[in-house]
Amino acid sequence: LAPWVPVVGLEIHAQISSNSKLFSGSQVQFAAPPNSLVSFFDASLPGTLPVLNRRCVEAAVMTGLALNCSINKKSLFDRKHYFYADLPAGYQITQQRVPIAVNGSLSYSLCIDNKMSQMVTKTVRIKQIQLEQDSGKSLHDDTRSQTLVDLNRAGVGLMEVVMEPDMCCGEEAAAAVRELQLILQTLGSSQAVMAEGQLRVDANVSVHHPGEPYGVRTEVKNINSIRFLAKAIDYEIQRQIEELENGGTILNETRAFDSKLGCTVPMRDKEGKQDYRFMPEPNLPPLILYDAKSLPANMNHQQVINIDWIHERLPDLPSVKRKKLVEQYGILPEHSFTLLNEDGLGEFFESVVKQTQMKPKKVIGWILKDLLSYLKQHSLTVKESPVSSFLLADLLNLLEKKEISSTAAKQVLAELWKGEGKTPLEIVKEQKLELLQDQKELEQICQAVIDGHENE
Amino acid sequence: QRVSVEVLEHLEHLALVDFRDAEGVERLQKAIQFADQLHEVNTDGVEPMDSVLEDRCLYLREDDVTEGNCTKELLENAREKVEEYFVAPPGNIPLPKLEERETFLQGS
Repeated sequence: LAPWVPVVGLEIHAQISSNSKLFSGSQVQFAAPPNSLVSFFDASLPGTLPVLNRRCVEAAVMTGLALNCSINKKSLFDRKHYFYADLPAGYQITQQRVPIAVNGSLSYSLCIDNKMSQMVTKTVRIKQIQLEQDSGKSLHDDTRSQTLVDLNRAGVGLMEVVMEPDMCCGEEAAAAVRELQLILQTLGSSQAVMAEGQLRVDANVSVHHPGEPYGVRTEVKNINSIRFLAKAIDYEIQRQIEELENGGTILNETRAFDSKLGCTVPMRDKEGKQDYRFMPEPNLPPLILYDAKSLPANMNHQQVINIDWIHERLPDLPSVKRKKLVEQYGILPEHSFTLLNEDGLGEFFESVVKQTQMKPKKVIGWILKDLLSYLKQHSLTVKESPVSSFLLADLLNLLEKKEISSTAAKQVLAELWKGEGKTPLEIVKEQKLELLQDQKELEQICQAVIDGHENE
Repeated sequence: QRVSVEVLEHLEHLALVDFRDAEGVERLQKAIQFADQLHEVNTDGVEPMDSVLEDRCLYLREDDVTEGNCTKELLENAREKVEEYFVAPPGNIPLPKLEERETFLQGS
């Protein structure tokens, strides 16, 4: 039986973190009364025109730079036409011909065989990043056979990040998306919270035999978490392999992931190949971006976006932050991954290190094994931790000064976790956990034990 | 060169226009012929112009909230509403196929 090579590509839509929408001044906010964040333009009332939001352009440039893309100094807007109740204009304004950024790359890491100590770095090519409008939301009311439409989301700015089919399985896709999520959150260009629909991922999956042309691909949608992303892709790969091995064919269709059943099913309303009749957006001139060399002399500052200025102000990306943590504190690379993977954990670690004499290499164990496992057990975020960095540092100092044993320290931590406001020293005294340092006292105790045994 | 019935049906399906009768189709035909005159110009090596606005400045707006909060006004236009939601059919209602419709195009 010839081996199968799965091929996975991703289309990721990230909602831009901005106050107002891409082409209008209505507010961007999750969970608001229906149709309260909608302007006349968003509702596609006649006579309204799109006006581009500067912040959205900056967000896309930042993201393009962080993903090693070439930023197109001239990019264009187009209309993509299709009919759906949550798209009042009957078209979406997007960038189909010349998007704002192209030809980038994203590096991500994977553990081999689930062992964190063996990490391998992979790269996925970024085909392009384009600015486009989000659509409204449809709520399907099957009992009354109708759809309720809320346009609050209509017109919110999106960055569509297209990843080339360089991945081969769910695990790779999940790792790539996780890294992209961290990058977006570090840049602040998107909060990228999947649960709130700020990051949506569609996967393109196909299989083929080595040396043969790529197989027919399916598109998998409706994936709500990174965990489900991996599951959906792996299921679809298996489904396609089984179908082909049983002599069947793969349809070029769109499928939805059913998280309850753990499988993909064909989606309704997606009949064959769509003809979107792309045309240039007649109401928007080309988007021109500048750099230090091409900066025009006499233009209003507010109307000019300088790519170099943005580049200079990019924050440290996750990969750089990890490297710095390893270099500065002597921790292992896999430790730096865990520190950055948990929101606020890196800062917590650095804060503890500042407040204690214990070496960072020892502190990291307490952070990653003890603190993190407590947080996970109780489903708490670092911000919600009942044990502050101050308290933990205090405890570690007692351990470092050999006033308590390691076992005792764990006991104290368990007590601190209750969040009753006691200091580590108070708990040590309460539970009599102090290490005896006095040589004479130790000799007396040992002698007493020996004497006790002699009597038996 | 006439526009085929297949293309006309495809256009009716995509744009939900109704060519209605021979006059409608003829008007489309004439519009295409008029635009085809562009082919008489040699455009080798010339970048296509896609907008007469191409030399204009694309105005950039500051990221301030200046609109919205007009639910009542927007819903006034809706034929049906449910608790401040617009109401739409459960899914797209596709245009019936050519064979199933009573359309002038069938005779062509």
